[in-house]
Amino acid sequence: MRKGIFAMRNVLHGLAALGLGLAAATSANAAEYPIKKPVEQDWSFAGPFGTYDKGQLQRGFKVYREVCSACHSLNLVAFRNLEDLGYSEEQVAAIAAEYEVQDGPDDAGDMFMRAAKPSDHFPAPFANPEQAAASNNGAAPPDFSLIAKARAVERGFPTFVFDVFTQYAEGGPDYIHALLTGYGEDPGEHEIPEGTHYNPYFISSASLAMAQPITDGQVTYEDGSPETTDQYARDVSAFLMWAAEPHLEARKSTGFTVMIFIFLLAGLVYLTKRKIWSDLH
Amino acid sequence: MSAGHSTYTPKTGLGRWMDARLPLPRLVYDSFVAYPVPRNLNYAYTFGGILSIMLVAQIVTGIVLAMHYAASTEVAFNSVEKIMRDVNSGWLLRYLHSNGASMFFVAVYVHIFRGLYYGSYKAPRELLWILGCIIYLLMMATAFMGYVLPWGQMSFWGATVITGFFTAIPVVGDWIQQLLLGGFAVDNPTLNRFFSLHYLLPFMIAGVVVLHVWALHVTGQTNPTGIEVKQKTDTVAFTPYATVKDAFAMVVFLGLFAYFVFYLPNFLGHPDNYIEANSLKTPAHIVPEWYFLPFYAILRAITFNIGPIDSKLGGVLAMFGAIAVLFVVPWLDTSKVRSAVYRPWYKLFFWLFVINAIFLGWLGSRPAEGTYVAMAQVATLYYFLFFLVIMPVLGLIETPRRLPNSITEAVLEKKSSAAVPATEQAKG
Amino acid sequence: MSATDSTEHTRRDFLYVATGVAGAVGAAGVAWPFIDQMRPDASTRALASIQVDVSGVEPGMSLTVKWRGRPVFIRNRTEKEIEEARSVPMAELKDPVARNENLPADAQATDIDRSAGEGKENWLVMLGVCTHLGCVPLGQAGDFGGWFCPCHGSHYDTAGRIRKGPAPQNLHVPTFAFTSDTVIQIG
Repeated sequence: MRKGIFAMRNVLHGLAALGLGLAAATSANAAEYPIKKPVEQDWSFAGPFGTYDKGQLQRGFKVYREVCSACHSLNLVAFRNLEDLGYSEEQVAAIAAEYEVQDGPDDAGDMFMRAAKPSDHFPAPFANPEQAAASNNGAAPPDFSLIAKARAVERGFPTFVFDVFTQYAEGGPDYIHALLTGYGEDPGEHEIPEGTHYNPYFISSASLAMAQPITDGQVTYEDGSPETTDQYARDVSAFLMWAAEPHLEARKSTGFTVMIFIFLLAGLVYLTKRKIWSDLH
Repeated sequence: MSAGHSTYTPKTGLGRWMDARLPLPRLVYDSFVAYPVPRNLNYAYTFGGILSIMLVAQIVTGIVLAMHYAASTEVAFNSVEKIMRDVNSGWLLRYLHSNGASMFFVAVYVHIFRGLYYGSYKAPRELLWILGCIIYLLMMATAFMGYVLPWGQMSFWGATVITGFFTAIPVVGDWIQQLLLGGFAVDNPTLNRFFSLHYLLPFMIAGVVVLHVWALHVTGQTNPTGIEVKQKTDTVAFTPYATVKDAFAMVVFLGLFAYFVFYLPNFLGHPDNYIEANSLKTPAHIVPEWYFLPFYAILRAITFNIGPIDSKLGGVLAMFGAIAVLFVVPWLDTSKVRSAVYRPWYKLFFWLFVINAIFLGWLGSRPAEGTYVAMAQVATLYYFLFFLVIMPVLGLIETPRRLPNSITEAVLEKKSSAAVPATEQAKG
Repeated sequence: MSATDSTEHTRRDFLYVATGVAGAVGAAGVAWPFIDQMRPDASTRALASIQVDVSGVEPGMSLTVKWRGRPVFIRNRTEKEIEEARSVPMAELKDPVARNENLPADAQATDIDRSAGEGKENWLVMLGVCTHLGCVPLGQAGDFGGWFCPCHGSHYDTAGRIRKGPAPQNLHVPTFAFTSDTVIQIG
């Protein structure tokens, strides 16, 4: 009997050693892209008490309108949602009226264009994905409604475990910021297909179809914020996070109340439990 | 649902009237009030109760979401986003449902591992265990089909890959896959039938849960010692003792649930599922939800042909085998002692199994390349060794520690040894 | 001895009651989102107002538009219709209240208060929903030359006031305003 146990122990040691050896060998085939991981930024909406900075969202919206919206749609966002950015009802109506949307059919059965109302959604720059692709070298620019939740660079072990405790959920905006500020000269290590642009932060290869979309001074800010690529990238990332998760503030503030309540309830139920079980002891 | 004699005596006239016609209060009293449970149950035993509230939570949030969801490939993705953006409290309900699925699996895994540790599957509880395995299978089917409904990229490609399992079956495989999909690929018919079944299966789970609880109340709970209840002092009444303990565990568990819902609602999901399904473009890495990852790793570990079985069929068989083996666990374990507390070697292998399962889960999330595949093969081997070799052999050769004579004795022993240093205790 | 027993009891009862109350509060808090989600959602509420061009509606013509999922009757009344409606004594009305969202709740159902007001008396804007059980009444029909609901036989006059049949109230006038001479905003 004892012999059997010793044999088992040896097998276990063997397995453990094998496991360790293999684990050490894996770091070599970690995912190839992106070449560089995004740098974590400070976001006002991070953490348990995070809220959107309305000034920043308005700036980000301006960047989206003046730069991104030429190619990227924002299908799921309605003009009425812009009230979240701190605009009044009248301001929202005025912004909406600057856009034209298709309506109809009219009495004659024809579709017609009219000024947008707050209940309308942002009109897309292209009629359909095929047209979008045809106008952009074959690569249709993605819709931006959910982009801040649809892109995140894998965090890897053990970072993703720590993320549970630090509540890191800003992979999307970090990625967008990194991508917009990450264009540069190809160091020559990668093959860059013609018509694409090197960016070490791009999630699925060394280069992407979109050229650097924004540079210093391109958008005028009225609130005196620096007109730099970094600031533009930061602001538009925040705006896109809002577009993807408009109820984030309500979620986090409700969450705080709920957590406090659960904590108190757990305390009360625990004391009750102790009291009831104390009869037995 | 209770064995033994009923001690219920209706106190009021209405109670007596009811009792003579539909003795529902008697059933509830006998099953959930007077029902005796071992007095030494620890918090690992509270997960059954937690699972029942998770099932109710999933059904309730699901019914409400179905009021706003539209199962058509044209609008499914946008209808989910409408819930997230426009429906009052919609974001909360949707996050409760999506994270609730994960929490349901967290609880079921603790519940299953608790059963494996304390030998809860051993006679006379084989049927209780098998019913649990059936619930687990139904849960997996429900979760899989539910994940398809938002019609994101992972929904679509997950459905494509999982229904692709069936094409591994010789001769009739393709026919079966087309039967499941209602077409040649995942499309509108698939989405509609998955929605229908996703709505149906939870009620089937609830039905099997009734049988599971019935079987439990016939045999009684196991307990950490693994010794059957022998005398009255071994047990306490379900209410208030077990009820309040379960309630405390539930509140703590809800705290974990709420933490994810309110602070990390997308942590357990995949970013690609926020991209609408595109049947012409596969994401770079398709990964299932975390609770399927160990099985996914087993599927991909079989990269070689085994005699006449090619690697594709082999992978599928290994994956289904990994679940199927659970059904026969009561007959694989040959040990006369039930609880791992008194089985030092089993305890060691058990914890290795837990670590191995988590490791398999991590491997499932890695691309199937290079050393990951080799590691998955080793881990898969241990998974099957544990059930098919270690369990039967260990029961025959292991020398268990001395068992206490009764639950009461075990409880008293534990109390008196509380002052004794831990190292002394370990020698037992 | 008995004194400490009873304080112990009071403390115990207090704990049980506090726990029970906290649990009930939690349950009520959880219930709210499930009720809340049934209310009209943000996109539905946002569609609350529409603009209608009525430049082509000559006297004696009607227009039916959809507002909040229900029909709204817009009628440019003829002189004769206005006269008929005006000649009805208030005492003959089944429902003497104007039911006009644009006026105080106790406004009388005079013809002028049923119509679009001074200078626009010819315009009648009403929800085309019978106040009985919600069917859509037929125009220029019934015993009073106004509207007639075929479901259960309610007769409305040329000012949309209930005159005969089971309906309890006059046809409702929604919030509306002329934003120009030819455009009506409803809602």
